[in-house]
Amino acid sequence: SSPAIPRLAPCEPRTHLAVSSLPHRTRLVFPNQPPFLIQPRSDARTEIVQEGAAEMSTSWGSALTHISPYTFAAIGIAVSIGVSVLGAAWGIFITGSSLIGAAIKAPRITSKNLIREIATSLKAICVIFCEAVAIYGVIVAIILQTKLESVPTSQMYAAESLRAGYAIFASGLIVGFANLVCGVCVGIIGSSCALSDAQNSSLFVKILVIEIFGSALGLFGVIVGIIMSSQATWPAKA
Amino acid sequence: MYGWEMLSFNIHDGFLEAIVRGNRSGLLTAADYNNLCQCENLDDIKMHLTATEYGPYLQNEPSPLHTTTIVEKCTLKLVDEYKHMLCQANEPLSTFLQYITYGHMIDNVVLIVTGTLHERDVNELLEKCHPLGMFDSIASLAVAQNMRELYRLVLVDTPLAPYFSECITSEDLDDMNIEIMRNTLYKAYLEDFYKFCQKLGGATAEIMCDLLSFEADRRAVNITINSIGTELTRDDRRKLYSNFGLLYPYGHEELAVCEDVDQVRGVMEKYPPYQAIFSRISYGESQMLDKAFYEEEVRRLCLSFEQQFHYAVFFAYIRLREQEIRNLMWISECVAQNQKNRVHDSVVFIF
Repeated sequence: SSPAIPRLAPCEPRTHLAVSSLPHRTRLVFPNQPPFLIQPRSDARTEIVQEGAAEMSTSWGSALTHISPYTFAAIGIAVSIGVSVLGAAWGIFITGSSLIGAAIKAPRITSKNLIREIATSLKAICVIFCEAVAIYGVIVAIILQTKLESVPTSQMYAAESLRAGYAIFASGLIVGFANLVCGVCVGIIGSSCALSDAQNSSLFVKILVIEIFGSALGLFGVIVGIIMSSQATWPAKA
Repeated sequence: MYGWEMLSFNIHDGFLEAIVRGNRSGLLTAADYNNLCQCENLDDIKMHLTATEYGPYLQNEPSPLHTTTIVEKCTLKLVDEYKHMLCQANEPLSTFLQYITYGHMIDNVVLIVTGTLHERDVNELLEKCHPLGMFDSIASLAVAQNMRELYRLVLVDTPLAPYFSECITSEDLDDMNIEIMRNTLYKAYLEDFYKFCQKLGGATAEIMCDLLSFEADRRAVNITINSIGTELTRDDRRKLYSNFGLLYPYGHEELAVCEDVDQVRGVMEKYPPYQAIFSRISYGESQMLDKAFYEEEVRRLCLSFEQQFHYAVFFAYIRLREQEIRNLMWISECVAQNQKNRVHDSVVFIF
């Protein structure tokens, strides 16, 4: 005879149906079912729950912890170089357009003094500061990608792995956005520097000092990013 | 939002802003003006000007110079720089640059119409027109008999068309009507320019609206003073005042009923920025008022260069050049007529 009909709430797991021979604990998840279901239907979805994964009480929590830490790490590396280069490019176009326009009226080719000639080519320093921002992003991206290691599948959702993945993600984000604003800042200052230097050449060094302070912002981002990523240790292969 | 234009201004307009600032460094300084004021004759002036940025424009002029030649060549330099900027500009900067010249267009239209009224030759009038305000069909202005024809034949195709809505009448053109027409057109132009600048927003809106308000107030005072004792009624006078600016609306009410210069002074002294101007000229004098207004305008225009990433530097540069050309004209006239003691009456130093 058929077993008694259990009164089940929709989606409650029918644990006595778990097949223990499977390597993973299988939980049958039903879409909204009427409460008088007797046996599993073929359209039930099977959710593989990894051993040791955090049992989150909300579906969003589950969703986030079930994203592979390598995804986060890769996105972090992409952001680190991509957004830094965006910041550098932004800064360079802001400075460059003003520099070219200003140089038409003030080419400063009249002096024969060697020091003066070197100083005139230093106007490109404004653009070099912006370029340094992109270089920071490249360096950190290269460092971050050396921190990626393979872990066995059983360890992939261990807390250590998640920590390492999040650390690389955060490091990339830090460096990327710090360099974005640093590049924009240095670019705007460089534009003002170019325009005022064209009118009065004694102002160049003074505004350069301001630019140096601005480019320190990117350096802060790089330092914190490197510190963050140095603690990205994946679990040892068990 | 004010302040964020730093991020995107240079995409389209950074190069031109740098060029205009470079051009500004070529304006004549106080030292240059001092040299020019000490010249004995026009050839000396030409020699001094050849050492400045006007060199390429003046050095090929034959020796018996006239003051009009000097002024014409200097204006040519301004026009060349303006055209260089206009051909490289994107929207909305190109519209902005064109707006700057509509004032000259209005002046040219009035010049030709007045000249035709007094039976002058059209070609002679065309030579006197300001080159920044030329448009294609300007020569056919001489044909029109009244304002309706003026509008229908010529002006409907020009950028001045929308300014005519208030002054299309069938009256014949005579001196009084032409002046009223000029001021009505200029009022509509200033209001249109003001709205356009406000639509641009940001630093451009703030600085340009301040400069245009000063212009509107100055014109209101000039209209008032020039119409004292004429047959212009108070209502007509009130219709010529712009509807923005520091004096709008209460100052305009008071200015409309003024009957002499001291009453005007009484009205203006209630407004602190203008009180400073009027305190520099003594009672009963109105000749120095023009110079005081020019000095105040130059001061505000120079201040607009202190900020970056806005369009008002273009407007300011063109106005400063025009002031410089006015200075050169005054100096040349004084030197040519041997009245060098009056040179400093009307020269406004820019730096």
